[in-house]
Amino acid sequence: MYPNQFEYLAPTTLDEALSVLAERGDEVKVLAGGQSLIPMMKLRLANPTTLLDINRLPDLNNIGESNGHLTFGALVRHNDVVKSELAGRSNHTVFAAAPWIADPIVRNLGTVCGSLAHHDPEGDWASVMLAAGAELVLSNSEGERVVPITEFLVDMFSTSCQPNELVTEVRVNKHTTRGGGDYQKLERKIGDYATVGVATSLELGDDGAITGAGIALTSVYPYNLKVTEVEDLLVGNQPGDDLFKEAGAIAAAASDPASDHRGSADYKRHVVGVFVERGLANSLATAQGGQS
Amino acid sequence: MKVTVTINGSDRSAEAEPRQLLVDFIRSTLGLTGTHIGCDTTSCGVCTILVDGTPVKSCTMFAVQADRRSITTVEGLKQNGELSNMQKAFHQEHGLQCGFCTPAMMLVGSAFLEENPNPTDEEIRWAISGNLCRCTGYMNIVKSIQAAAAMNNEEVSA
Repeated sequence: MYPNQFEYLAPTTLDEALSVLAERGDEVKVLAGGQSLIPMMKLRLANPTTLLDINRLPDLNNIGESNGHLTFGALVRHNDVVKSELAGRSNHTVFAAAPWIADPIVRNLGTVCGSLAHHDPEGDWASVMLAAGAELVLSNSEGERVVPITEFLVDMFSTSCQPNELVTEVRVNKHTTRGGGDYQKLERKIGDYATVGVATSLELGDDGAITGAGIALTSVYPYNLKVTEVEDLLVGNQPGDDLFKEAGAIAAAASDPASDHRGSADYKRHVVGVFVERGLANSLATAQGGQS
Repeated sequence: MKVTVTINGSDRSAEAEPRQLLVDFIRSTLGLTGTHIGCDTTSCGVCTILVDGTPVKSCTMFAVQADRRSITTVEGLKQNGELSNMQKAFHQEHGLQCGFCTPAMMLVGSAFLEENPNPTDEEIRWAISGNLCRCTGYMNIVKSIQAAAAMNNEEVSA
């Protein structure tokens, strides 16, 4: 299968790349890992007249720390996250999800930022970022702006990133030593979409009560669903089995899965409840310094 | 556009239209047909090659992206004219039936053992989980990669 013809540009500086977007961003698709974009181009679902390959831009492949954030540049591959000790100790939700993205070969090329910019409504990273309270840095030739994930994700395959902008970084709050997180994913086979995915994040106060909570669901709603009802329920309370069971029940009720070849709606809704409870228990164990 | 790659240690240059897939550049333009085309949709992994030592699916990369990069295909696995340990192990353990997935399996196995020279069977299964085999049931592929690991380690300790 071959895409339509396109012009290929592979600039070596960010300024060059941003000036291409400034001039004709409407005609351009940005190529990072290409693991969703190239299949879409081959199926001619995406037909850019210009392909802007950012893989030769410097300094975008770093996982770093800045102002209490854990940061991922535009060229950080899924597998870079899997292997990152910094990510492992800094955000447990992100680190738990990374090995569940696509398959091991796709993870070598696909990028975190690219996946978010593509915004497949059944993608895993968007749920992770909703639970982790992420922000994205969008750059254009004039400067940059920072957008919270809730404002970045607009609708399926659509984000608030403008044609003249490039997602140059996604960043999440680091978990404290009293924080934990998890990603639970059920898939039929490696590389499949989630049948059900649940991202969880917890922060505990000095008295052990929950001071921060993030919950988001994958593949059980028309888009990645941040369940604020559950987050509100958790914050201010002492963690425990009964609370987590209630959280699971509320999340299951909030979900609206479709019956399909991956399972019936009832089955998926049941799994949401189980995963929320399990994800919260694992997050709590990490936050309390136990085994996740 | 002119694309220059170092493939299996040799420098090769050729013209490629931007939309030419890397797998077709390797097979049709460079004439190395050991890299196979299966699903053509990033699922089966039979087109896997190593780019700068990292396994990638060459049906999901354009040839122009590989300009000035180093590529290893199954033709590049042999060492000093002899089969590599991974190739010997697939032969010895009967790690293939039809052979269609084998080039990719051996490349993925080789790259994996660089990172993890003493893997468990479970770790091998995760490592090859992006590659489909419809013949073997994977049992002998896992055994082959284990056997290659043992051969590598024997050479190191010898």
